[in-house]
Amino acid sequence: MSELKKVSSNPHIRSKVTTSSIMLAVVVALLPAAGFGIYNFGLDALILIAVTVATTVITEYTYEKFMGKDITIGDYSAVVTGLLLGLNLPSTAPWWIGAVGGVFAILVVKMLFGGLGQNFMNPALAGRCFLLISFTSIMTNFDCDAYTGATPLAALKNGESVNVLDMVIGRTSGTIGETSMIAIVIGACFLVLLGVIDLRISGSYILSFIVFLCLFGGHGMDAAYISAHLAGGGLMLGAFFMATDYVTRPITKAGQYVFGILLGCLTGIFRLFGPSAEGVSYAIIIGNLLTPLIEKATLPKAFGTKGGKRA
Amino acid sequence: MAKLTFVGGIHPFDGKDMSKDKPIKEALPKGDLTYPLSQHIGAPATPIVAKGDHVLTGQKIAEASGFVSAPVYATVSGTVKAIEPRRVVTGDSVMSIIVENDGLYEEVAYSPINSLEELTKKEIVERVKEAGVVGMGGAGFPTFIKLSPKEPEKIEYVIANCAECEPYLTSDYRRMLEEPEKLVNGLKIMLSLFDHARGILAVEDNKPDCIAILKELTKNESRISVKALKTKYPQGAERQIIFATTGRSINSSMLPADAGCIVDNVDTIVAVYHAVMLGKPLMNRIVTVTGDAIADPRNFIVRIGTNYHELVEEAGGFKQEPVKIISGGPMMGFAIFDLDVPTTKTASALLCMTQDDVSKMDSTACINCGKCVEVCPGRIAPRRLADYAEHYNEEAFLAENGMECCECGCCSFVCPAKRPLTQTIKSMRKIQLGKRRKK
Repeated sequence: MSELKKVSSNPHIRSKVTTSSIMLAVVVALLPAAGFGIYNFGLDALILIAVTVATTVITEYTYEKFMGKDITIGDYSAVVTGLLLGLNLPSTAPWWIGAVGGVFAILVVKMLFGGLGQNFMNPALAGRCFLLISFTSIMTNFDCDAYTGATPLAALKNGESVNVLDMVIGRTSGTIGETSMIAIVIGACFLVLLGVIDLRISGSYILSFIVFLCLFGGHGMDAAYISAHLAGGGLMLGAFFMATDYVTRPITKAGQYVFGILLGCLTGIFRLFGPSAEGVSYAIIIGNLLTPLIEKATLPKAFGTKGGKRA
Repeated sequence: MAKLTFVGGIHPFDGKDMSKDKPIKEALPKGDLTYPLSQHIGAPATPIVAKGDHVLTGQKIAEASGFVSAPVYATVSGTVKAIEPRRVVTGDSVMSIIVENDGLYEEVAYSPINSLEELTKKEIVERVKEAGVVGMGGAGFPTFIKLSPKEPEKIEYVIANCAECEPYLTSDYRRMLEEPEKLVNGLKIMLSLFDHARGILAVEDNKPDCIAILKELTKNESRISVKALKTKYPQGAERQIIFATTGRSINSSMLPADAGCIVDNVDTIVAVYHAVMLGKPLMNRIVTVTGDAIADPRNFIVRIGTNYHELVEEAGGFKQEPVKIISGGPMMGFAIFDLDVPTTKTASALLCMTQDDVSKMDSTACINCGKCVEVCPGRIAPRRLADYAEHYNEEAFLAENGMECCECGCCSFVCPAKRPLTQTIKSMRKIQLGKRRKK
């Protein structure tokens, strides 16, 4: 043994979980929702998803190449952003909407703030909100071949009756990936089983939203009304896939509950009292902005700093 | 019943199967022995032999210099060849006494006792001090100091740390299987010093055979109980094992005695037994020689001072070229450049691995996943602290309890971005500890 061995400070072993394995798991978990969206809305949906994914990946690559940085598209985080953005568009949107949204999400929200881990808002949601404000009529046009008329949530808001079973399965109008509660929950279960996400945020988000509905919804504890709200709009997709985005949610356990409850209340306010029937996207990006504050206020108490005995 | 444990922690691949089923074998040294004068926390020992002196097995060759210090004994008979700096596992050069082994193992006469009643409490502690017993779990804190707290009547628990939560290590396991009486008797000696204390043998539940043996041995001991702990790293960390067994929590600026506890590891308690009952100084320890590069992984009883080269030979040499060699466990051990270092009082294992996770994986941007916060047994936020350390933001580092880090390595282990969190926090802690000392 002539040559010297490698040395480094402890610990000397690492878990097998990597950033790319986590992101890949999220991509896989989104496939049921994407698949159902394509089945539900047809080729338009497929094209839009393809455009958003391609745009986000190419934007990240081009920016990094141009700025002389390490190329990081191999970590699949741009794919996740593209996929989420695509799932958040109406199938009727023209392809360039996807491209504009993708460039905005990656270039402005992610890369200009320092790339992966540095963005202060969820890029896909920020991209969607940008499109919603800039191209409102395109982004709220849900009249496609399969469905015409208002989305179930808008119908609900107008006091019309909705078919809850169709909403749970996903046979309704809406954005490409949000309609099927079942497909989204299947993907979410996969992530929970893998340990990629836990239910602290999603659970407290959904529960606090239900409480908010009961208190202020005007229907009391009407199960049909509440289930329609749960299955409708972007709540499921938002609660399981976007509120849980690592980068933009608090890192502390207590902070995650606070964050979830905040989102539940904001979503309730926007859906019940706002002009639009939807509110998940705005609730989450506002929550994102409060993340640093929540995190700081909920830092855990270091072990043993209180002293004393366990009860 | 909920299992006894703590919040946080990880479950790494434990690798214990490689070496756990083979009995302990004696490894007699052939070449020179090297005795670093600093194998413990505190002042280095002062040599009391000179070059050319003949020494016997069990002869004191360096004495404690100061209160926090420990003497060193020769573990073979032979001639003092040199007193010079030699490299140890941490990479530092430490003044060492080198003894040429004459292979005769001529031994000094020890002064055993027949029963513990022959000694006063003071004499018991004195015997432990004279024998050079230090914490053999890795810290190397002189044991006699732990055994002489300011208020001995306030000690309520003496905890035998039999968790052995580090992956790959099986030395405590083998000791508990093969010589459980020594462990129990050592614990009884320690209990004799504290009238109000109860003894706890705290074993992780991946060692049910040890739990059964120890329960059987202590069934008539009203002051000793065996407690099964959940298997999870770092269950054997001092603060975590105190919490798991007694529900008490201490922080980094407290001593276990502040919570009425004394914690010692298996080998240390056996060394106390040898020191008090047999009058024998600390001369050997059990070392797990293992890893996928080792032909015949197993445990050895090793004389302190034995070169690591000899241990690898005893274990059948390398079956594959190792890439990384670690003295101690993979979570808290020291990576070493080469094998030319001596076994010290605190060397629990020699782990030879054919791959290095650290150099294999580049660190990338933090994605804020929060896994480090989840696993941190110190309940601090490693991600934030590492950030402060990188930017040398002392104020925030201290305000968010950076000093409470126990350097267990859980955060670096789980990090999906493979960031060196423990390492970064550790270097900031070192700077801060240095500053405190200056004040």
